[in-house]
Amino acid sequence: MKKVLRIVAAILAVGSIIFWAAAGANRGWTKTSVPRKIVDEVTGIEGVSYEKHFVPGVDFLGAALAGAGILAGISLFLRTKSNDSQNENKT
Amino acid sequence: MKTKLIILAFVASAGFALAAPQTFDFKDPKGINNAGFKLDAPLESINGSASGVSGTVTFDSENPGATTGKIVVATGSLMVPNSMQRTHMLSDKWLDAAKFPEISFEAKEFKSVKTAGDTTTADVTGTFTLKGISKELTVPVKLTYMKDKLGDRTPGQKGDLLVIRAGFSIKRGDFNINPGQFEDKVSDKIELTLSIAGASAK
Repeated sequence: MKKVLRIVAAILAVGSIIFWAAAGANRGWTKTSVPRKIVDEVTGIEGVSYEKHFVPGVDFLGAALAGAGILAGISLFLRTKSNDSQNENKT
Repeated sequence: MKTKLIILAFVASAGFALAAPQTFDFKDPKGINNAGFKLDAPLESINGSASGVSGTVTFDSENPGATTGKIVVATGSLMVPNSMQRTHMLSDKWLDAAKFPEISFEAKEFKSVKTAGDTTTADVTGTFTLKGISKELTVPVKLTYMKDKLGDRTPGQKGDLLVIRAGFSIKRGDFNINPGQFEDKVSDKIELTLSIAGASAK
């Protein structure tokens, strides 16, 4: 269980960093839609349209790393199976 | 003599019709008309826009200083790139879009009017209403009159276009949007821009 938690924590931490970096390493807030500029050729007015697109930000990265940290922290308080069985044999 | 009088009356009425103020409708079928807003925040500024623009403006190309009208922005059309931020922004804790569905500016008086060709710049004094609170503001605007250009923008229609551009700032505290609160997270100052085109069909 301890090992599993640590593996999950490591996967979560590394995976979230890779996902965040691959999505453009956005140092702002997470975006669920992205603004696209539209220009009206006749009037020259610049409008904005929003397209649904998930761009993770530092809040996403922070939450994922905090989650990984919590999982790793929990794993510190768990006893390994082998230790438990050794203790049982001693008694 | 009678014929001459009829012709004179016709020419005079035609001239009057040409100089008459036109009413421009700012409901944009292309959805490009927009009002932008920007607030400073610690991590990154909050930039958004609203596309739900409507209203009418009466404009006389011979006398741009006599322009009057009202532009309305649907509060529910305000967008920011983060859906959670948008939900908070429209909630009763901030803009309360359900109770105050419209943001508006009603132009009352044009000052410092300067016209060069089809472009007029002026300082417009009018009533700005946000979250149910109305305040008098003076806003610099630029009007561009585009004669017979409606067909280029909306095929099949004949008429003129009027483009209005404006930029000004307000304080959210003045409009009862969490006055004096969360200023370390979201600035009190809100920068607003307006880029809209209205149509007057013939």
